[in-house]
Amino acid sequence: MEEETHTDAKIRAENGTGSSPRGPGCSLRHFACEQNLLSRPDGSASFLQGDTSVLAGVYGPAEVKVSKEIFNKATLEVILRPKIGLPGVAEKSRERLIRNTCEAVVLGTLHPRTSITVVLQVVSDAGSLLACCLNAACMALVDAGVPMRALFCGVACALDSDGTLVLDPTSKQEKARAVLTFALDSVERKLLMSSTKGLYSDTELQQCLAAAQAASQHVFRFYRESLQRRYSKS
Amino acid sequence: MKETPLSNCERRFLLRAIEEKKRLDGRQTYDYRNIRISFGTDYGCCIVELGKTRVLGQVSCELVSPKLNRATEGILFFNLELSQMAAPAFEPGRQSDLLVKLNRLMERCLRNSKCIDTESLCVVAGEKVWQIRVDLHLLNHDGNIIDAASIAAIVALCHFRRPDVSVQGDEVTLYTPEERDPVPLSIHHMPICVSFAFFQQGAYLLVDPNEREERVMDGLLVIAMNKHREICTIQSSGGIMLLKDQVLRCSKIAGVKVAEITELILKALENDQKVRKEGGKFGFAESIANQRITAFKMEKAPIDTSDVEEKAEEIIAEAEPPSEVVSTPVLWTPGTAQIGEGVENSWGDLEDSEKEDDEGGGDQAIILDGIKMDTGVEVSDIGSQDAPIILSDSEEEEMIILEPDKNPKKIRTQTTSAKQEKAPSKKPVKRRKKKRAAN
Repeated sequence: MEEETHTDAKIRAENGTGSSPRGPGCSLRHFACEQNLLSRPDGSASFLQGDTSVLAGVYGPAEVKVSKEIFNKATLEVILRPKIGLPGVAEKSRERLIRNTCEAVVLGTLHPRTSITVVLQVVSDAGSLLACCLNAACMALVDAGVPMRALFCGVACALDSDGTLVLDPTSKQEKARAVLTFALDSVERKLLMSSTKGLYSDTELQQCLAAAQAASQHVFRFYRESLQRRYSKS
Repeated sequence: MKETPLSNCERRFLLRAIEEKKRLDGRQTYDYRNIRISFGTDYGCCIVELGKTRVLGQVSCELVSPKLNRATEGILFFNLELSQMAAPAFEPGRQSDLLVKLNRLMERCLRNSKCIDTESLCVVAGEKVWQIRVDLHLLNHDGNIIDAASIAAIVALCHFRRPDVSVQGDEVTLYTPEERDPVPLSIHHMPICVSFAFFQQGAYLLVDPNEREERVMDGLLVIAMNKHREICTIQSSGGIMLLKDQVLRCSKIAGVKVAEITELILKALENDQKVRKEGGKFGFAESIANQRITAFKMEKAPIDTSDVEEKAEEIIAEAEPPSEVVSTPVLWTPGTAQIGEGVENSWGDLEDSEKEDDEGGGDQAIILDGIKMDTGVEVSDIGSQDAPIILSDSEEEEMIILEPDKNPKKIRTQTTSAKQEKAPSKKPVKRRKKKRAAN
C-alpha cells in the first residue's frame, strides 16, 4: 500500500496522461464495465477502456449442431464483429486467440455436447482492442454463469523505438515499434495467450510480461469490486 | 440455434389481452417504448435503445470514383446486420428472409426518399466523390427492429462529420480533422419508420410491437414519414387486408409519433454538441448510469513498473540459452535451395506399413539421398512389386488391390527438396484405401 501512495504522489507531480520512460509512470486508462445490459443473451457485458469499447454477449450452455458436437466437452465458439465493413482475416485470427484463451479457463467438461457462444461487437476502437475484447468476454462469461476455473484478463503494452514501455496504449501509442497483448489468468497470473506484433528482444518481452502481470492485478481488482458491488447485500 | 416455439397458451393469452386493449408491459395501444440515444466519442457513432431493442449505428466515409451513370453524385451504402448476440436464432445463414426485408426497407426509406443531398458529396465530377457507408448492428432483439434501425441510421447520419475538402483547379486537398473542422452532411429531412402490428385479421392494431407481440401478429404495416408529414415509404406485409380508412388513420398516428421522435433526436444531438463544445466528457463511458448496480467504473490507475527490469533479468538469467541454430543454405540448382535437413517425409510411414507383411519392417526405401542437377530427371522406383500386397487381415472388407505399374513414371526432381518420395500413379489410390483400413 505504501508503494501505491508513493506512485500516486509521483503521478500527481507529473502530467499523468501518458507514461514516463520505464518507471512508476505507466497507467491504465479509465475502466468501466456494465453487466447484464442485454435481455436476450444469457450473459452480456460492455467493457470500456478509455475510448475503446467492446460489447460481449454469451449464449450457453445451449444446443449444438451435431456436426460441431464434441462428445466430452462443450464446444466454444467466439464471433468478433467489427464496426465497419465485413469481418475479415484479422477478425478471424483474433477470434481464434480469444477462443483459445476461453477454452483454457472454461470448464467445458461439465457441459458435454453443448455449445457456448461468445459474440463480441466492437463499439469503438481507440487502442488495445484485443485486450478489451478479452476483458469483455470474461465479464460476459461470468455474467452468464459459465463455470470457469479462473478469470482472465487482457493487457496490452507498446514498446517505443527508444525502449519506453506503455501499458494500455491508445491508437496513437500503438504506432510504436512493437505491440504485445497478453492474456493472464487470475489464480497465479500465469500467461494464457500472447499475441505480438513488431520487433523486440527477449529481455523486453520479459519486461513487458512482468509489467502486464503488475497491471493485471489492477484489472482483477476491478473485476472483484464490480462483482462485489453487484452481489453484495448492502 | 433454433428459435424456441411460442406455446399455444402464451399465444392465446397475448391475443386475449390485446382484445381487451391490454399490453404485457402496460403500454397503451399507441404508446412507444422509451427511446434512449447515446453517442460515442467518434463522430457518426450512436447506440439507440427502443425499450430493450438496441441498435448500434456507425457512419464512415471514403473517397471513391462515382458510378458511371451518376458522375456528379455521391454514393450511399446501407448495411443492417443482425448480430448473433441479438437473438439465439440469428445464425449466419438462417436469417436471410428477415435480413433482406429489413435492408430493403432501410434502403427505400433512406435512399429513395433523398433525405441526403448526394450532389453535395461530389468532389471532382466524374472522378472523386464521397461514399457514405452506414453500418447498423442489431445488438438485442426485443421487437420492432425497423424503427430502432431507422432512428439509429438517421441519428448517426446527422451526427457524422466528414473531412473537409477543397478543390483549386486540378488540385484536391483533403484536410485532416486537426487542420480543419470536419463538415456535417447535408440532410434535407429525417425519415423515421413507424410500425403498426395488426391482429385478428386487422381488427386490432398496436404501435411499436415488442418481440412477443410480433410473434402473434398477423401482419405489419410500416410507414416512413418525416416531420413535415410527408410519407417516404409505406409497406404492408403479412398478407392482411386493410381498409382505406385504417391506413389513413395509421398515417395520422405516424405523423404524431414522428414529430415526437424527431424532437427527441434533435434534443439529443444538441446536447451532445453542447457537451463537445464545452469540452466536457462525452462518449459511451458517460452514458453508463452511475446508479446501476451492474455498472462499475474505475478511474485511471497508475501501475508500478519499477521492478520490471529486475524481474525480467532474473527470468532470463535462469532460463536456458536458446539453442544454436545452424542453417547454412545449400544451393542445388538456380531456383532450388535447401536450408536445414528437414524431417523424414511422413508419407514414408505408409509405404513402410504396407510392406511390413512382406519385408518385415524393412528399411525405408523411400529416402533418396542424391539429386541430379540440371537435367534433373531421375527415375525413382519404389517398391515395384509383382505380387499383390496383402494389406489387411480382415476378411470382412472387400478390398481391391491395384498393382503398381511395371514401368514406373519418370519424375522430374527439379523443384523438390532433398528427401522425396515419388510413386507411380496407382500408388496413391492404394494409400488411401490403406488409410481407411487403418481406421
